[in-house]
Amino acid sequence: MKLRIEHETRYRFDAPVRGVIQAHRLWPGSFEGQNVLSWKVDTDGGVVGASYCDAAGDRISTVTWRTPVEEFAITVSGLVETADTSGVLRGFKERSVPAAYLRHTQQTYPDAALRTLCEEALEGMEEAGPLDRAHKLAACVAEAIEYALGETEPHTTAAEALALGKGVCQDHAHTLIALCHIAGIPARYVSGYLHAREDGAPHEASHAWAEVFIGGLGWVGFDAANGCCPDERYVRLGSGLDSLYAAPIRGIASGAASEDLNVRVTVAAQEQFQQQ
Amino acid sequence: MNTKTPPVYFDEMSDTGGIRAPYKRLDDWHRTMPSGIRNIKQHEAEALFRRIGITFAVYGEGGDPERLIPFDMFPRVFTFGEWRKLERGIKQRAQALNMFLSDVYDRGEIVKAGRIPADLVYRNEAFEIAVHGFRPPKSVFSHIVGIDLVRTGPDQFYVLEDNCRTPSGVSYMLENREIMMRMFPDLFVKNRIAPVDHYPNALKSTLASVAPQKCDHEPRVVVLTPGHFNSAYYEHTFLADMMGVELVEGQDLFVEGDFVYMKTTEGPKKVDVIYRRLDDAFIDPLCFRPDSMLGVPGLMSVYLSGGVTICSAPGAGVADDKAIYVYVPEMIRFYLGEEPILENVPTFQCGKADDRKYVLENLPELVVKEVHGSGGYGMLVGPKSSKSQIEAFRAKIEDNPGGYIAQPTLALSTCPTFVEEGIAPRHVDLRPYCLMGEKIELVPGGLTRVALTEGSLVVNSSQGGGVKDTWVMAE
Amino acid sequence: MLSRTAGHLYWLGRYLERAETAARLMEVGGRNALLPNTTGGHRNEWEAVLQAMGTFEAFSEKYSDTGQRNVETFLFFDQSNPSSIASCIGAVRENARVVRTAMTVRLWDAINTAFQDLKEMSRTERSQLSMSDLIDWTMKVCAEIRGSIEIAQLRNDGYHFLNIGMAIERADNTARLLNVKYYVLLPSMRYVGSGLDNYQWVTLLRAMSAHRSFIWTYDGELSPAKIAHFLIFNQLFPRSLLTCSMKTADHLDHLARGYGKSTEAQQKVREIVGELAEGQVEDIFEEGLHEFLMRFMVANEDLARAVQSAYLGGAEA
Repeated sequence: MKLRIEHETRYRFDAPVRGVIQAHRLWPGSFEGQNVLSWKVDTDGGVVGASYCDAAGDRISTVTWRTPVEEFAITVSGLVETADTSGVLRGFKERSVPAAYLRHTQQTYPDAALRTLCEEALEGMEEAGPLDRAHKLAACVAEAIEYALGETEPHTTAAEALALGKGVCQDHAHTLIALCHIAGIPARYVSGYLHAREDGAPHEASHAWAEVFIGGLGWVGFDAANGCCPDERYVRLGSGLDSLYAAPIRGIASGAASEDLNVRVTVAAQEQFQQQ
Repeated sequence: MNTKTPPVYFDEMSDTGGIRAPYKRLDDWHRTMPSGIRNIKQHEAEALFRRIGITFAVYGEGGDPERLIPFDMFPRVFTFGEWRKLERGIKQRAQALNMFLSDVYDRGEIVKAGRIPADLVYRNEAFEIAVHGFRPPKSVFSHIVGIDLVRTGPDQFYVLEDNCRTPSGVSYMLENREIMMRMFPDLFVKNRIAPVDHYPNALKSTLASVAPQKCDHEPRVVVLTPGHFNSAYYEHTFLADMMGVELVEGQDLFVEGDFVYMKTTEGPKKVDVIYRRLDDAFIDPLCFRPDSMLGVPGLMSVYLSGGVTICSAPGAGVADDKAIYVYVPEMIRFYLGEEPILENVPTFQCGKADDRKYVLENLPELVVKEVHGSGGYGMLVGPKSSKSQIEAFRAKIEDNPGGYIAQPTLALSTCPTFVEEGIAPRHVDLRPYCLMGEKIELVPGGLTRVALTEGSLVVNSSQGGGVKDTWVMAE
Repeated sequence: MLSRTAGHLYWLGRYLERAETAARLMEVGGRNALLPNTTGGHRNEWEAVLQAMGTFEAFSEKYSDTGQRNVETFLFFDQSNPSSIASCIGAVRENARVVRTAMTVRLWDAINTAFQDLKEMSRTERSQLSMSDLIDWTMKVCAEIRGSIEIAQLRNDGYHFLNIGMAIERADNTARLLNVKYYVLLPSMRYVGSGLDNYQWVTLLRAMSAHRSFIWTYDGELSPAKIAHFLIFNQLFPRSLLTCSMKTADHLDHLARGYGKSTEAQQKVREIVGELAEGQVEDIFEEGLHEFLMRFMVANEDLARAVQSAYLGGAEA
């Protein structure tokens, strides 16, 4: 499947700000299920520098604005060819160590309720393999947290989402990561894009899911929000311990001006795109 | 109550054969010092310290933030021979620690070889995922390795802990010497004492030697401080001053494009090497703690793309954790193929069932430490603790066994120290500072800390410890 | 030099000057309190000093009466009064502490010793400290710090920033004192030229250690025009607006030469010096002394802002 991605993030400040800096994790890698045919990131005047590749295979670049700015947009556009690998991340160049993905962050902190949920979900599965256990945990997240827009915030933690019983893909991913950690299975947060519906209308601005490390298989994606493993409709952008570390754009603006953020994402199948 | 007979301590000045050689002249010195002079000199020393501005804020204790660390005028002495052995041992250890860091942030051979448990390394909070796969210039992660040593006999030294991040206290090593030379010039004429005052130069060359590849000129080095409210601020200004480099705060630096610049009255100036005295979590809000006001946004990206060198390297802390400490002798064998010259204190890991059982049964005889604690906080000295203190620790260990290690109570050596009635033995330790860059270097000396309270084994300045000038006799 | 370092040196200079001004005002107040009742008695004299410093309201909120002891406490020891001598010396030391690497050991010693003395004094039984002790101490300490700057400090950019801070603050203080004399001290315009008016002019001159030099320079004849000339235009008087502004200009020129580029700050100070150098007392009185001084203070503040943005805030942040 060929997916055409357009992703624009527009920033507006109510007064000019100086010294805006962002770290971009906006460059998808290629692997067996994903081949990047073309990719472009336009920074609208921001100076691009300090680019490097991290151990998890993501390319990160730094963008700075030293002169006052009031408005700018980061525009990503590209074409990616995808294939279904049942969620398995095969042929991806990375040097990370799965054991490093067993630590929790503020957003994946395992509280008592999460521990109980994990225990209950895995009851009677002591003999089961880690893949089955991961599937069980993913199903359990989908059941415990109803998909609902606008109920949670970007900084909502897994524990809070579980207590609320509602959330978006980010909350599902955090919760699944927390449960996997409790079960001793390395897990991480993945940000990316999803070609959600045939009509092209996105149900969320951009998408996120979890990757779980299964010995013998490697990293396997689990999209608890949609009750499936990533397939050819998914484009993988980057990973990290949680949504903060895996954020496609992480930035800081100095000054007290308030910021207005507008994100627009379209993921269209190429055939459909050409017909338009 | 501990009813055993009190252990016999090795006194560094007088053993069974009388006054030990290196202390002979000091023995005469203090005996012939008129009693009135001593008080005058002590006051003079204090006034000097205060004038210079060396003060010390005890972390989290409130009180006078400009308290002086008590300075004891009686020097602590090592013979050349003793020092030569220590030096070899310290350099060996510093080298192994750096090789360990290079390894675990690369292929992790030592873990793969099963010599150190993977969890201890990779689940360690000090293991920075963000720098995994990055090789800093000259493969050095820890450029200043502070190794805390204690002595228990004429020939017996133990390593108490390693400090791979930013060991503090070196300014005291230098100022203690300066003040002793000012007050007692005669002592330095009569004794041949190896100088330590080239340390700042050595530090600067070390830092300059690890400039990033992209730096094609004389590297500009800066010292990055959290600010003047930090308890070690005096040391930060001192080191910057002695090296002749700028002392900067996070707000003085900014990132643009591929490099880090500092704001000067003449406009931006590129910075090549940053000796930071700021914890990993605070150096870059764009990479680590987003709420940090002390750091420089984007610094880590510049570092990881080779535009600047950060000393010590972010992530170096994984080597000096108390849980990793146990494996340092193993590192020395693994990377250097040598036997450790300096011994570890036998350590029980409460995370291991057998060890925990032993520890819980023998708490009154042991010293228990938090794995991530420092500065003498969160520590139990069994033989000096009450029953309720011991029970409180028992509960803590049972609650979080992996968070604690235990060691036998060491018979720390004593060194003569001035007290009200003259001199008396007090327990001491030693922190030498090993420099690693293009080459490895150790100035002959270090910081001797002394537990001023009679019988106390805790030498931390935050817990009532003092400092002494440390002499290494020239050959 | 780091912009922040330059900023701390600049503020060190400003606070040092401010501490000295506070001591001078205390001297005036203390002296007047010894004199027979002039108009409203000694209480009024203290009130005038407080008003001159712009701190009368803050004082009244905290203290019930303007007794000498209260005023002394407020002006010298009170840490909550930002213009007290203790606050100013504290600020001098705090700025110095942050930039110790940029100053000589001798200068740091002078500042730190002053600060330690101050701590000692605040622990001393007050009956053992006379007002003149406090004033003498302040003047001595300021002279010592200034002396250490002159003797030992390298003539590098740090030296210039210290001096720019002192000169800008001093110009502001002179202008403010002159303005206060005219608009605060005199009960109403009816008193212009009266004995009270003259008495207050003398007081003002004393506050600037300028009484005797004025008498020498102007043959003792006290008139507002002569005093204004003295305090505004006379280049022999170290605190006149022209002298201070020329000093600022001089140090800013050094910076421009050293850095090989001129900024808005040099331009602004040239405008100020230019106007003062050509000014006449008659023109000032025509414009109105108050209006003139207000205009000067705004221009001086503007200059301070230009220094801040050209050098102290860094290039672009």
